[in-house]
Amino acid sequence: MLKLYDGALPVSKILKEWYEEESKSNYGAYIPFVGTVRSEDGIDGLSFDIYEPILESWFSAWQDKAKEKGAIIKMAHSRGDVMLHESSYIASVFSPKRRVALEFIDEFVEDFKASAPIWKYDLKDSKRIYALDRSTEIKGSGILGVNG
Amino acid sequence: MVRVEFLGPIQKAPLELEITNLNQLATILQDDKDMLEWLENSAVAVNDTIVNSLDIEIKDGDKVSLLPPVCGG
Repeated sequence: MLKLYDGALPVSKILKEWYEEESKSNYGAYIPFVGTVRSEDGIDGLSFDIYEPILESWFSAWQDKAKEKGAIIKMAHSRGDVMLHESSYIASVFSPKRRVALEFIDEFVEDFKASAPIWKYDLKDSKRIYALDRSTEIKGSGILGVNG
Repeated sequence: MVRVEFLGPIQKAPLELEITNLNQLATILQDDKDMLEWLENSAVAVNDTIVNSLDIEIKDGDKVSLLPPVCGG
C-alpha cells in the first residue's frame, strides 16, 4: 500500500491504522521507519515533488519482492511542504519473522533513497532550493549527455 | 509527435518533437546550454519505464521523461 499526502503526514493515525489493518494477519513483526524533518542549516522545512507513475511501478516491484518472503510493505510520503519536526515519510514492513522484516526495511529504504522519483527542496528564507548535493542519480543517468 | 517532459527541479516546459529515437533527442537537447548539466545527471524514462541505452526506437504518441537526481524521505 502506497499513500501520498499533501503536506505533513498524520503519523500517529497512519501507524495506528496500519497496525489495526494487520493485527489479525498473523505477522510476527511490524517494523515502521518514520522520517522526520530536522532543524539543520537554518531551514524552515522541506518540500517534495513526486512523479507518481514511476513511483507506483517502483513500489509495486518491491511489494512483489516482499511477497516472495511472505511480507508486505506499506509506505506513505508527503507532497509539497513539510515543516520542522513534522514527518514526510513512513515505510513499514510486516512479516512473519523479525529477521526478514529488519533486513527488508533496510534494503527497501536504501533503494527508496536511490531510486524513488521524489525531489527534495530546502525551504529557506522564503525560497524553495533544490537539494542537489543530497540527491542521488538514478541508475542509468547521463545517457543523453555529451559523455553519455 | 513525442512528448518530452522535464521532471522535478528542471525548469523547462514540455516539448513536442518529431523524433524516432533517443539519439535525436540527445542532439536536440545538447543544443540547449541550460540543459547540459541536467543531461549529465538525469535518468530517462520512455512511457514511464527507465531506460539504460539510447538505442531505443520511439514512436508517435510516446512520452519521454527526464528524471534528475532524487532524494525522497
